[in-house]
Amino acid sequence: MNTVTPSQYLPENPREFRNFRAARFDFWSFFFGGLTGLATLLILAILAVILVNITLNGWSAISWHFVSTIPKKDFFNPDTTGILPMIIGTTIRVFVMTLFVIPVGVITAIYLTEYASNTSLVTRIIRAAINNLAGVPSIVFGLFGLGFFINFVGKNLDALLHNPGPVWGQPALIWASLTLAVMTLPVVIVATEESLKAIPPGLREASLALGATKLETIWKIVLPQALPGIMTGGILAVSRAAGEVAPILFTGVAYYMASLPHKVTDQFMDLGYHVFVLSTQSPNIEQTRSILYATVLVLLALTFALNFVAVLIRARVRKQLRSGH
Amino acid sequence: MQPAPNQSNAPHGWLGIHRGHKARPLEWFAEKFIFAVALSTIAVVLLIFVFVAREAFPVVLGKSNTALIQPVIPPADLDKLSPAKIQEYLALTPKQFAGMDRETLRTLMDVKVEAANEVPVQFRDDPDAKRNTIEWNLMVKPHQWRGYDKPEYIWQPVGEIKKFNLIPLVIGTLKVTLIGLFFAVPLAVGAAIYVSQLARPRVREIVKPTIEMLSGIPSVVVGFFALLVMATFLQNLCGYQTRLNAFVAGIALGFAVIPVVFSIAEDALTSVPQAYTQAALALGSSRWQTAWQIVLPAALPGVFAATVLGFGRAIGETMIVLMVCSASVVSWNVFDSARSITTTIAAEMAEAVSGGPHYRILFLLGALLFAATFISNMIGDFVIHRFKTKMEGKR
Repeated sequence: MNTVTPSQYLPENPREFRNFRAARFDFWSFFFGGLTGLATLLILAILAVILVNITLNGWSAISWHFVSTIPKKDFFNPDTTGILPMIIGTTIRVFVMTLFVIPVGVITAIYLTEYASNTSLVTRIIRAAINNLAGVPSIVFGLFGLGFFINFVGKNLDALLHNPGPVWGQPALIWASLTLAVMTLPVVIVATEESLKAIPPGLREASLALGATKLETIWKIVLPQALPGIMTGGILAVSRAAGEVAPILFTGVAYYMASLPHKVTDQFMDLGYHVFVLSTQSPNIEQTRSILYATVLVLLALTFALNFVAVLIRARVRKQLRSGH
Repeated sequence: MQPAPNQSNAPHGWLGIHRGHKARPLEWFAEKFIFAVALSTIAVVLLIFVFVAREAFPVVLGKSNTALIQPVIPPADLDKLSPAKIQEYLALTPKQFAGMDRETLRTLMDVKVEAANEVPVQFRDDPDAKRNTIEWNLMVKPHQWRGYDKPEYIWQPVGEIKKFNLIPLVIGTLKVTLIGLFFAVPLAVGAAIYVSQLARPRVREIVKPTIEMLSGIPSVVVGFFALLVMATFLQNLCGYQTRLNAFVAGIALGFAVIPVVFSIAEDALTSVPQAYTQAALALGSSRWQTAWQIVLPAALPGVFAATVLGFGRAIGETMIVLMVCSASVVSWNVFDSARSITTTIAAEMAEAVSGGPHYRILFLLGALLFAATFISNMIGDFVIHRFKTKMEGKR
């Protein structure tokens, strides 16, 4: 390396040390630095193109009539179709899912942060299980839902209740929701755990020192503080589940239903699946293009807006975490 | 992680559950309940293992027979054979068998004979029609079916003679996945280097969550975008023949992989101790030299883990590949179509008869997929864990 005197690369004003950069111009640094910058820009551009394309095309095609109509069998006709049952179906399946996933996820996270010792074998196995659950392909969850919930739990329930035909042992809203709950469990656990860790240990110590038991401390001190994090987890799980199609393909979604679902054993129509149907089974793709874009926009608004909110809350929790330690 | 307070000097209960010095039965139960719920994650992983494997099991053991022409026993022989043999021949469960009288059994045997008589004439002398097509030999090795000039790998689960060769699906999956990784990994790692090492803090705080937001786009929307917009664009750009092919699917798959690889690689690059960077900068190297020669080599295990986890994400992605391409061809050509394992499961499960051989093979494919992602996740997590402890130890 060539010798350089400090005056060549040190800024005169000490305050500028923070934005210190090498003073000599180095072509390869510039070239490769620019290359990585371009990679970043390309990714951002992809995101922007997808969002802008869908928003612009979808916005011109969407109308109140479209969002609030229950379509007849032929939903490929742009003039008469609507997506109300799909919106309702997606909302219900996601809502039922949260009833299962949030309690289980939050309690597991409480165990991991408040009770478990990090070195014990059980804790390590639980953590490995959570990591693995997060990586299982969504279609495998679909197979699991079919093999376990429908063919095992449902069929046995039917036999137990002496139902004449299959009531529980067939694709249904409840099985789709349970499959999604299993899939989003790691999301809720990780988010809750993160927010539980962000709470200063001093709060717990103060509560314990005042004579509260461990459970009282968790219930009255820790959980209220962790609420934003739990909400983030719930929202992330909802946004992830609302857009997933593969796990519900065999566990409850219907191509067409004349009425809205009114029991947990009913099948349902779904936004994401409807996007799939419109884009792959349409007799005339040019004719259905506008309603397809409108449906995608609604789906994206549902999932993306939720995700955006969750990212905002999470950024705040992370900041709190950094300042807390 | 910080140890929970009040744990160091308090007595430990069973399996790490803390109990206060005074007996409180309600709390004791509540804490046991919390522990039991925490175990549910382990239970779920085990259940997935057990129930996906359970449905696939008869295929692995070679218990089902898909031959078009099955051996026929004349109904007159009913009395000559042992009950166990008849039960096996008619594929009945012991319970069903016990509930049937002689007449029913005879009728069932007549049905079998009729079914054999209904086999189309052109298959009567076909040696392939007598073979069980879900032997392992036929599932992984090429076979010269009648009417073909040379041994070939064929996946064709519908038709008179059902062909269940898994090789086209494995090749299709790997082809699409590799295209996706070749597109996504350089981009994501480049962006991770830029964001973690070169960008100003303010840029970083905006860019990082924005890229991670890419993972918030549902895969069915990415598939839709690839099908309607990107396929045409890429065809105009590269000028290949078929509009929908493995290349388009791979690039679209890359969109789903980028946020995974980016966020793990960025994490790894950031967790390299500040002292490394500061030392390099103090010795006069530029930002880029520091990033390329100091930080990246130190974080290489993390980047490797990001790639492995990205592979796991890509191999299991369903909707994108399902919407973009689905014809099963055995070819490594990027611009040919491909049919992935996930596509096959999603597209064919609805047609497969529950409990039939096709259904079981789809579950077998699911089990293979599960095993592949399980292993890649294990490797990825293990590498990251070791990397993190190493980095924290040196801090």
